[in-house]
Amino acid sequence: MGSLIACQDIWKIYRLGDVDVQALRGVSLEIAQGEFVAVMGASGSGKTTLMNILGCLDQPSRGHYWLNGRDIGRLNQNELAEIRNREIGFVFQSFNLIPRTSALENVQLPLFYRGEPLRVQRAQAAASLARVGLTGRERHYPAQLSGGQQQRVAIARALVASPSILLADEPTGNLDTESSREIMAVLERLNQQDRITIVLVTHEAEIAAYAARELVVKDGQLVSDRRTTSTHA
Amino acid sequence: MNAFLLLTIVTAFRILGRNRLRAGLTMLGIIIGVGAVIAMVSIGQGAKAVVRTQIASMGTNVIIILPGAMTVSGVRGGQGSSVTLTVSDALDLKKRVPLLSDTAWAKRDVMQIVYGNRNWNGPVNGISPAYLTIRDWAYTSGGPITQADMDAAARVALVGQTVVENLFEPGEEPTGSTIRIKNVPFKVIGVLAPKGQSAQGSDQDDIIFIPFTTAERKLLGTQFLGSVGAIFASTDRPDELPEAVEGIRAGLRARHRLQPDQPDDFTIRTQVDIGKVQEGAGQTLTIMMFAVASISLLVGGIGIMNILLVSVTERTREIGLRMAVGAKRRHILIQFLIEAMTLSLVGGVLGIVFGILGARAMTVVAGWPTITSVESVVLSFLFSLAVGLFFGLYPANKASRLNPIEALRYE
Ligand SMILES: Nc1ncnc2c1ncn2[C@@H]1O[C@H](COP(=O)(O)OP(=O)(O)OP(=O)(O)O)[C@@H](O)[C@H]1O
Ligand SMILES: [Mg+2]
Repeated sequence: MGSLIACQDIWKIYRLGDVDVQALRGVSLEIAQGEFVAVMGASGSGKTTLMNILGCLDQPSRGHYWLNGRDIGRLNQNELAEIRNREIGFVFQSFNLIPRTSALENVQLPLFYRGEPLRVQRAQAAASLARVGLTGRERHYPAQLSGGQQQRVAIARALVASPSILLADEPTGNLDTESSREIMAVLERLNQQDRITIVLVTHEAEIAAYAARELVVKDGQLVSDRRTTSTHA
Repeated sequence: MNAFLLLTIVTAFRILGRNRLRAGLTMLGIIIGVGAVIAMVSIGQGAKAVVRTQIASMGTNVIIILPGAMTVSGVRGGQGSSVTLTVSDALDLKKRVPLLSDTAWAKRDVMQIVYGNRNWNGPVNGISPAYLTIRDWAYTSGGPITQADMDAAARVALVGQTVVENLFEPGEEPTGSTIRIKNVPFKVIGVLAPKGQSAQGSDQDDIIFIPFTTAERKLLGTQFLGSVGAIFASTDRPDELPEAVEGIRAGLRARHRLQPDQPDDFTIRTQVDIGKVQEGAGQTLTIMMFAVASISLLVGGIGIMNILLVSVTERTREIGLRMAVGAKRRHILIQFLIEAMTLSLVGGVLGIVFGILGARAMTVVAGWPTITSVESVVLSFLFSLAVGLFFGLYPANKASRLNPIEALRYE
């Protein structure tokens, strides 16, 4: 179990009244430290469901998931929160910044729940904002930032606690081409310079091309797993 | 304090500051409830303090015996204007009831008093000398009416402050001057120290004392010779009062030859009874105001619960996000509890401020004495905290139990 992430025959079944919706049907997967993985697939294929399970926001109905060698299925609510806090950085399609709260405070959030002293929270949050090129925007509110900038704040927040893995569910889904490039440049640099493991869901081949490995999900199953060479300029 | 609590409190205040109108409306119930409690407790305590000094001004351990029976409604009726208490009753009681350290008697009538070219209609009391010690009168100048004055039916008088103010020039010394009561000249031998209002609200300083014998012989006429308006008695210790009262009742019933089935033809009162009546009224008022306050606090608490439920719904995605970055259930729970308590505490503090201001206003406008005790302030503060905690619990618990994924997907 040398991998950072190891999934074995993961199923996710939602009950909707009398009907069972099988969102994931036996996904097995390993991701090593430092990889940059793109997850592709049609709408409703189960990408978000997989990401939520990888991010410990959700538990599989069946199967096992080891993160850093720990069996996630055995953990209780508090331990899962702890894992989300320390091991995982999540980036959402809709940014999910807390409104009317400064960029700096948004980035502080994971450290805040870790109980770090205020001074440490501020210093690390400012450093994290610097990593995504937002020095000088610490006091801005989300509403005062462009979409691309907001998503970079979200990335800074995901990074601030030095997680083992960055999970991004369609991080460019709400952004224009220019902003998307901006975001992808940041992610690529984080992966290549800082060796941060990234799993990214996208619909666009152009975005997936930044990754070195591409997974394709179809009807809740992994149908393709191939290494690509980063093709973009 | 740890960083989490500190920041959560700061954030709670920021949210409150951002929604000032909404917060204000939410806090209204608490503000009114706490304000009412503080104002009314202040007024109640002020009134109680006044009653206490008034009762003390009657003199200590005093028993007052009045002619006529006390009806249920508290109005003195008796058998017409028949004379039921006499000087010999008073003298005999002292012999019959050894517990009594002293007895005195008095008779009063309102008469015209003239000094120089001023005149004043005031109650003139003919008293036996012991009255002054039983009722605990002090003097700002001169001294008491003595037994010698009594024996000689001397034309001497003690005047109260109100009489002094109305008859004499400011700064003029009444002692030694001569006043005329019903055209009879009296020498002023002393000025009484002020006592203020009585427990019944009358001015105790509007008074003139002269020897009982002088009153009978020189002023009141001899129609009811030996009858008195009231008998006063005292005991050494307050706990002797009940026994002394029973002794007096038995003694007077025997003297008046009352059959067992006949009611008393006199009324006995002690300062304990008077205090009870006042306190009873005070307690009814207190219970009523606490009912009003409790309802306001309940309404205020429900208001807080309601606004928090709205807030939890509005901020569902924020809650999901917080959980996604590592907030545990208790973090969310504490966050919303603190928001609830911030609302109730700010409401409580505003209520305390308004309550104190209201009480002050009562003092200034209506002249009611008020006392705001530290205890009532501290208690109100803690109580509003408890209201926030109690009514915040349900919404906060609801927030903490949200499923992070569903919360994040919430539109
Ligand atoms: N909470 C839920 N209850 C019931 N069914 C659900 C729930 N969440 C997801 N599903 C179903 O599971 C399947 C996979 O959904 P998922 O959100 O993972 O798809 P996706 O690949 O992320 O799609 P998209 O590209 O549109 O985001 C879908 O059929 C969806 O309807
Ligand atoms: Mg999705």
